[in-house]
Amino acid sequence: MGKKRLTIRRKESIYGYIFIMPFIVGFFAFTAGPLLFSLAGSFTDYNITSRMDFVGVENYQTLIVDDGLFRTSLWNTIYYVAFSVPLTTLGAIFISALLNQDVPGIRVFRTLYYLPAVLSGVGVYLLWMQLLEPGTGMVNLLLGWVGIDGPNWLYDPDWTKPSLILMKLWSVGGSMLLYLASMQGVSKSLYEAAEIDGASRWRQFVHITIPMITPVIFFDVVTSLIGGFQIFQEAYIMSGNGEGGPANSLLFYNLYMWNQAFENFDMGYAMAMSWILFVIVFVLTLINLKLAPRWVHYEGEEK
Amino acid sequence: MAKTDDRSDYLTDAEQAESRSALNTKPRYWEHRGNRNNMWRLFNFVLLAAGSLLILSPLWWMFATSLKTMGEVMSYPPSFFPESWEWTNYIRAWQAAPFTTYTINTITITTLVVIGSVLANSFIAYGFAKIPFRGKGIWFAIVLSTMMIPGFVTLIPQYVLFANLGWVNTYYPLIVPHFFGSAFYIFLLRQFYMTIPTELIEAAKIEGASHFYIWWKIGLPLTKPALATVAIFSFNGAWNDFLGPLLYLNDENLYTLQLGLAVFKGQLSTQWNYLMAGSLLVLLPVILLFFFFQKYFIQGINLSSGGK
Repeated sequence: MGKKRLTIRRKESIYGYIFIMPFIVGFFAFTAGPLLFSLAGSFTDYNITSRMDFVGVENYQTLIVDDGLFRTSLWNTIYYVAFSVPLTTLGAIFISALLNQDVPGIRVFRTLYYLPAVLSGVGVYLLWMQLLEPGTGMVNLLLGWVGIDGPNWLYDPDWTKPSLILMKLWSVGGSMLLYLASMQGVSKSLYEAAEIDGASRWRQFVHITIPMITPVIFFDVVTSLIGGFQIFQEAYIMSGNGEGGPANSLLFYNLYMWNQAFENFDMGYAMAMSWILFVIVFVLTLINLKLAPRWVHYEGEEK
Repeated sequence: MAKTDDRSDYLTDAEQAESRSALNTKPRYWEHRGNRNNMWRLFNFVLLAAGSLLILSPLWWMFATSLKTMGEVMSYPPSFFPESWEWTNYIRAWQAAPFTTYTINTITITTLVVIGSVLANSFIAYGFAKIPFRGKGIWFAIVLSTMMIPGFVTLIPQYVLFANLGWVNTYYPLIVPHFFGSAFYIFLLRQFYMTIPTELIEAAKIEGASHFYIWWKIGLPLTKPALATVAIFSFNGAWNDFLGPLLYLNDENLYTLQLGLAVFKGQLSTQWNYLMAGSLLVLLPVILLFFFFQKYFIQGINLSSGGK
């Protein structure tokens, strides 16, 4: 009897591995293998045609000590992340709080606010390039209506990154839905109790809603931080096919890496860059995980 | 499949239950207690309506610009409504570049990516959700950890790999990896499989069915809503992918719509009426998909957060 049960378990194990086999194969072929290759390659002068010659930490040394453009691209990316992550998070929370109210036509509103989040790709970037045209675009027209003389957006090095952040804000609908779902999970009795105690709407929002949705805020901040550091497509298109924009103000980290790898074919150098980015993202995620217990409120998840 | 008129689209279970019972017992929003509450609702409504106009204005602008003459596009100050509606802009934009070829190419890639994503991720997720085996925990942790790896770290070595296979300037690099599953979809489908009672699968096993049979005959049909979500998300991903085609396709006959639009921008530079017409046509399938299947978009978001 015991023997037969063991074979059943064994058979199940074999089945289990057959089912996850596509992932395992894909993992080694497209993730683990490439990761190792790239780690090894970052210590070489690999340029796809030549053989790989070991150059030690030269790539890393050049990047950190000598390469001004590397520093520019890192600075641009940190600037973008530092503004876009908090702004989109706050924007999404604010809109979802509005959409969580009992208002006529709320379903239509939810659809409309979500719509821009599903639109992406070159068409959207071209649309924003037109919207941000200083003379003939819509943004400066609207700003003009309220008496603001709009900037030159994508033509002014000081305004190129805010341009991209503005575009990002247009599509906060994706994370807005996350917050909305989480807000609707908050028990009504909490608000009723607060109302009896005479707490204002604002106090209810700050002391009940916000703490209860902190797990989603955490999830959103972690994922948009990882995503923010990898900004590429919008910068590539909106800076004139990878040129980096006025005064290299749109030369983001991945754009510079792209140019090193696929324009200059300096792949060893680019792979070293990619590992520095990996370490930055990894450390930031670890810091987030470490800080989480201080502000993320998990009891609310158990209903 | 698409029930866009279904009231449940955007309401959670709790909300639905509440609105059902509210029909008879509770006062509706317009007859709610007190003037202060009514003022608050009006305030919210006005705020939301104003916000909606702001959110929609770029799309209207895109549409309006696509119909303007070049003279009107360049006139200052710009206008919200075209003077004359030049529908021929769409035909001209379409003919200015081989958009028909781009469309066929994009549909080919997208279809194969969607098929691959649905089948592979469902297969893998079934294994993680419904078969007990040693080392499952570790492998699932590996699945989740791959979500944290920045794409560019593997992009360069993958390019080297595909170049060595002779796959540059073919669709293989854009399609084949999707047949090996991806972390986000595996996670999403596993979440959904967890809601299917194990007894159902146990019963089928007692009847002598193999896991393959159960996955194909029971797993796939029962997870249809989640598969729809995966299909839509991967459709969007493949349709809008710019990086992949930019990296792997050199031959203009192989270009996709995204790549075509970027080239189009390079050629037309400031002919915004044609550029907007072309962009709108490329975005149109996604917009239509959204309005017909929004339920599955919402579901994907909710499943991915680990919520309900």
